[in-house]
Amino acid sequence: MDFLVPILAAAVRSGTPILYATLGEILTERSGVLNLGIEGLMLMGALSGFIVTHATGNPWIGVIAAFLVGIAIAVIHAFLCVTVGANQVVSGLAITMFGTGASSLLGRGMIGETVVGFSRIPVPYLSKIPVLGTILFNHDPLVYLSYGLVAFLTWFIFYTRPGLNLRAVGESPKVVDAMGLSASKLRYFYTLVGGGLASVGGAYMSLAYTKMWGNGMTAGRGWIAVALVIFAIWHPARAVLGAYLFGGVGAMQLRIQAAGTSFPAPLLMMMPYFLTIIVLVVISIQKGRGILLGSPGSLGVPYSREERG
Amino acid sequence: MNKKLVGVLIAVVLVAAGFMFLRPKQELPTAPSAETAVDLKVGFVYVGPVGDGGWTYMHDAGRLEMEKAFPGMETFFVESVPEGPDSVRVMETFIQNGAKLVFATSFGYMDFVQDVAAKNPDVVFMHCSGYKTAANVGNYFGRMYQARYLSGLVAGKMSKSNIIGYVAANPIPEVIRGINAFTLGAQKTNPKVKVKVVWLFSWFDPAKEKEATLALIDAGADVIAMHADSGAAPQTAEEAGVYVVGYNNDMSRYAPTKHLTAPVWNWGMVYKHIAGQVIEGTWKSSNIWWGLKEKFVGLAPISSEVPEETVTLVNSETENIISGKGDVFTGPIMNQKGEVVVQTGEKMSDGDMLGMNWFVMGVEGEIPK
Repeated sequence: MDFLVPILAAAVRSGTPILYATLGEILTERSGVLNLGIEGLMLMGALSGFIVTHATGNPWIGVIAAFLVGIAIAVIHAFLCVTVGANQVVSGLAITMFGTGASSLLGRGMIGETVVGFSRIPVPYLSKIPVLGTILFNHDPLVYLSYGLVAFLTWFIFYTRPGLNLRAVGESPKVVDAMGLSASKLRYFYTLVGGGLASVGGAYMSLAYTKMWGNGMTAGRGWIAVALVIFAIWHPARAVLGAYLFGGVGAMQLRIQAAGTSFPAPLLMMMPYFLTIIVLVVISIQKGRGILLGSPGSLGVPYSREERG
Repeated sequence: MNKKLVGVLIAVVLVAAGFMFLRPKQELPTAPSAETAVDLKVGFVYVGPVGDGGWTYMHDAGRLEMEKAFPGMETFFVESVPEGPDSVRVMETFIQNGAKLVFATSFGYMDFVQDVAAKNPDVVFMHCSGYKTAANVGNYFGRMYQARYLSGLVAGKMSKSNIIGYVAANPIPEVIRGINAFTLGAQKTNPKVKVKVVWLFSWFDPAKEKEATLALIDAGADVIAMHADSGAAPQTAEEAGVYVVGYNNDMSRYAPTKHLTAPVWNWGMVYKHIAGQVIEGTWKSSNIWWGLKEKFVGLAPISSEVPEETVTLVNSETENIISGKGDVFTGPIMNQKGEVVVQTGEKMSDGDMLGMNWFVMGVEGEIPK
């Protein structure tokens, strides 16, 4: 237990930035838009959150700034994919390249700076629960916020009218249009919110996890988030499981090394990706049988009202 | 209007814009001013971005220091150059722009430097951390292990739990040599000390560096040492209230109260030295592998919490190394299994040091095969 509890606490900590990005991407993909720009969005979020916190001294303003910057960049993606119906893969990749390059260019002055970011605030009473308290309730406020977000999004997507519209537009934008709703507006909205959340995930890296900025500091976590959406089969609650699994495996291999055992670390690090492939296979087989597990039917397909599909 | 076509066009433009940003920044020379005191143009090939805060950042600090020392000298650099054929194009661009001295600052450029140098016999090439030379190609690198050893003296003294954690990037001889030298230093001030190693398999991933630091602290380490490119390990150690030894540069800004010292690079001195020789026309191809003596490597200021006797010991050991009386890897040195690798009184050769792939006794960890 003494060995496991720190690993599980580390899993929550290191899974949180991926979780934010994954939740954002779930919203975006549920509306039928694929956004491969997560890595770039996270980097821009990490940088903008850091710069604003550095200037104001308040990490909350930094997070809000990161959210807004994420929205601003996602506008480009939404315009390309929704308004003009461009190839979503190409546009997403362009966003990632843009974010990687722009953040390293604009972040030059921030190298070596530090900020007073989020610190650990144990939740009163709850953090005293044996085992669970240490794992779940001994973190920084952004972790607690992510718990709330998961609960909210699960309720929103599956138990509310707007959530139903969201799922519908990802499944068949034509039907949504026929219902008298604007498929384009819906897709815009969720692409923007998704971009904002990915950006907040990046800000978690520079404000809570570590309090510094460095080029490419997200180190591929944006891509893990894209894979996790599939792993979670487009469900926020399963995204938690996936994000903590990815985070936990990373933390576990470091701790296994520190404990002095000789378990091959790369084998362990491979596991989450291996599981993602299995999930992909399962989804594909299930689809063949006509059972949709949650994968949006019109994902990646541009929709234009005038065109006959 | 065909919306799809417009979309594709915009996407293409955006991709192009992305590449513009990604394209390494190039600083090309401008027309020389009238009062040029030194007529030398120097090109630098960087493997990472200047903003990495570590390896390339320190090289760039060295470039600026050299530029300042020679008024009129012009320098230009290209960052994030892959260790492949692209580096040839970059070096050729430098030469077309008048560079007579080129620094290639990463191991992987070695063969490409040879190619370009063969075609440009009037240009001097200096390659960092390699071993191939030619009439117009020299090598330069620093004996960082000497400074590592000194930092180990401090770390060993400050450990009460007798466990020191070492956050290590990638299992290559340079890093292994550093761990061994550090451990030998720590054992000198604390014979019971063990150094636990955790590999990151990455040079730069602040989050992972933090997680590795926490793992080592949970495993009982009360001093952390590091060989990675960000300040995440010092920052984490400060938060956890554990002493830390930085790397690359003085990292006390990340750990204001817990930073003990740091082995640091001083690329500026070697760049000034080489440029001076080229300007005077005295440059000859050689392997520069300098250490404490030449002040190529050194220690950041030692924390006031370190006892006076240890500081005195660091100073006397520094003298020993500089005078050549005792280098770090002087026998007897045992490997992890307890076999004597370097016999008593024997000094390890530079070649053996450069290819080091084993841990000394007292290191807890494995070198992945």
